[in-house]
Amino acid sequence: MVVFEKPKSLTDAPLHYCPGCTHGIIHRLVAEVIDELGIEGKTIGVAPVGCSVMAYDYFTCDFVQAPHGRAPAVATGVKRADPENHIVFTYQGDGDLAAIGTAETVHAAARRENITVIFVNNAIYGMTGGQMAPTTLPGQVTQTSPYGRDVETVGYPVKVCELLSNVDGAAYLERVAVNSVPNIKKAKAAIKKAFQNQIDGKGFSLVEVVSTCPTNWGMTPEKALKWLEENMLSYYPLGVYKDIYAEEAK
Amino acid sequence: MKKTTNILFAGFGGQGILFAGKFVAYKGLLEGKHISWLPSYGPEMRGGTANCSVIVSEDPIGSPIVSKPDVLVAMNLPSLDKYENEVVPGGKIFVDSTLIERKVTRTDVDVYYIPATGLASEKGINTLANMIITGKLLKEVEELSFDNIDAPLGKVVSARHQDLLEVNKTALQLGYDY
Amino acid sequence: MGEKVLMKGNEAIAEAAIRAGCLHYFGYPITPQTEIAAYMAKRMPKVGGVFLQAESEIAAINMVLGVAAAGKRVMTSSSSPGVSLKSEGMSYISGSDVPALVVNVQRGGPGLGGIQPSQSDYFQAVKGGSHGDYKRIVLAPASVQEMASLTTKAFDLADKYSILTMILADGTMGQMMEPVELETTEPVKYEKPWATTGTKMQRKHNIVNSLYLKPEELEKKNFERFAKYKTIEENEVMYEEYLMDDAEICVVSFGITSRVAKNAIVEARAKGIKVGMIRPITLWPFPTEVLNKAADKCKAFISVEMNMGQMIEDVKLAIECKKPVHLCCRVGGMIPSPEEVLAKIEEVNEGGER
Repeated sequence: MVVFEKPKSLTDAPLHYCPGCTHGIIHRLVAEVIDELGIEGKTIGVAPVGCSVMAYDYFTCDFVQAPHGRAPAVATGVKRADPENHIVFTYQGDGDLAAIGTAETVHAAARRENITVIFVNNAIYGMTGGQMAPTTLPGQVTQTSPYGRDVETVGYPVKVCELLSNVDGAAYLERVAVNSVPNIKKAKAAIKKAFQNQIDGKGFSLVEVVSTCPTNWGMTPEKALKWLEENMLSYYPLGVYKDIYAEEAK
Repeated sequence: MKKTTNILFAGFGGQGILFAGKFVAYKGLLEGKHISWLPSYGPEMRGGTANCSVIVSEDPIGSPIVSKPDVLVAMNLPSLDKYENEVVPGGKIFVDSTLIERKVTRTDVDVYYIPATGLASEKGINTLANMIITGKLLKEVEELSFDNIDAPLGKVVSARHQDLLEVNKTALQLGYDY
Repeated sequence: MGEKVLMKGNEAIAEAAIRAGCLHYFGYPITPQTEIAAYMAKRMPKVGGVFLQAESEIAAINMVLGVAAAGKRVMTSSSSPGVSLKSEGMSYISGSDVPALVVNVQRGGPGLGGIQPSQSDYFQAVKGGSHGDYKRIVLAPASVQEMASLTTKAFDLADKYSILTMILADGTMGQMMEPVELETTEPVKYEKPWATTGTKMQRKHNIVNSLYLKPEELEKKNFERFAKYKTIEENEVMYEEYLMDDAEICVVSFGITSRVAKNAIVEARAKGIKVGMIRPITLWPFPTEVLNKAADKCKAFISVEMNMGQMIEDVKLAIECKKPVHLCCRVGGMIPSPEEVLAKIEEVNEGGER
């Protein structure tokens, strides 16, 4: 009896992510959801610029690779090309989504664009070697905030779910984490809901996944998970930030 | 008759300068001539000066820009000041004499003074001074004519406002008879 | 083709695009091309198409990338400063080898510049204009009729070669009205087996991508792309020759300035000066061969353009500097008058400038 297997929506290509990186978990969750919903054949992913730029090699569905920050705009095009038959998701990091792509993110939400956004927040630019991200915590040391993020000079982190919860067009926003088994389960449920919303035509759904970057945080994977729990979750509280259909149902 | 007539309509934004030009252009098109219509554009359109170049020709048209008009329609003083000296010798200038008090100083051009704005307000068709002066234009410019005005009017008056066809014709006639 | 109607150049582009099967338009307001967006906003809902006013030029071009990747005809339009914003996306579209159309109704620059007509984006249009080694097909209409017919052509070329095409017009071309006869035949359909439309579980996944981390692969991609460019250079050059049979002086001009130059040439001919014109219709691929041949007969060339001398460099390259090339230009939104061009023709005829 098979008790554990690779989701069908993942290719056999070995992941290039660092040991202990949580992208692998999040990829798997997305793939499991695609499998369970039976949408692989109509799904088109949009890859960002950042660590997950090569996501197109890991998923078996069609993929478009977008310029830095522009994934929601590219996804808008792919979706609108055939709204009935395309299930479109973006997979973006914090620099991509919350810095260079802020406008595209906010306006895709404002349009209630019927797409699914997987937003991986690990508080740092990974691909380029650990620079300060829009979500880097106050005081956090990075390559470009070597004395710790000084909010007096570089400002405060951007809380994406809180920000978008004020955008009328956003349909569903939830922040999850992948630091523990119970949280990973919740993360999967949220991702599934974000895809199901699109299938049901409910509009812009975003799941923010609080995750780790052991390499650039300079920690062991285990310590990184602990650091996430102790530092990130108080700044980025988990939970549903918006669910217009749940609100309507009340 | 000249093979090519270069016409410059000029006035304030809102006087229907572009509309009058469009009418003359469409008239030429429906008569099988080569035509071009080029408006000024930009912020000056909103209440400032507006002008448009219209060329009606027996031959294919080169530049659509009328810098040396054969015919100038001046519907305000700044337009007359700006373009009076650009008109070719022997050309024609049409002046809205309600709004322009001064006379044309050139002696080598034919000048027609029409109190178009005054006539329009007298007849209760305030917005159609442009078409009154155009009526006069059709009469006096030998390359143009007063024939076949219905079809081009039908083209330039938008589908929603076909009820305005008759007043436009009235205005053209007023100018023609002036 | 149907009956002749009077249309603004901008509207002619929009209507021709829809007739070419382009049912997706993304744009952002900017003078003097706004009529394209306005026309699309009105027409697209009626033909089952998509008009979307994006949050920025950057977003608009990326929406174009998305639709193009999904294999449908798509376009955006803008004017000079907006086209600069699109240049990132244009590089990605070129690097991903997907077909799309970008219209640039040029205005004066640099910076915010002005809003009056200009041809100062020539370099940007034909020399890439963004990062990376790539080209795009650039078509330069000189009448409202060509605004329409070259739009049709641009979509066909884009699909035929899976390449980004550009209509390089200017404020005059966009704003002016002339009679135009619109295409009434069904658009040609091209197979796009590479499109990301979902695998339907019947094929391996398609990836539309411009990233190649292995230099060997990226070099190969570039070589392949340039082989395609060579085919385009061999097959798709378009130009118009005007009174060139006995011409001793050759004017080279595109778009609105070619219209002005025609007036000047007629005047010069009346004065007995043997002058003609070669008007590039494709700015890339540039009509190199015909110019080079003209250099064997003509004594001089005059490049008439609305910039400080950009196309003139391509003219010099084309004729391998066999003959002198003079510049006749106005910039900043000013348009040269036929008298100015005539004066230059006379000056050159009398033995050159100065």
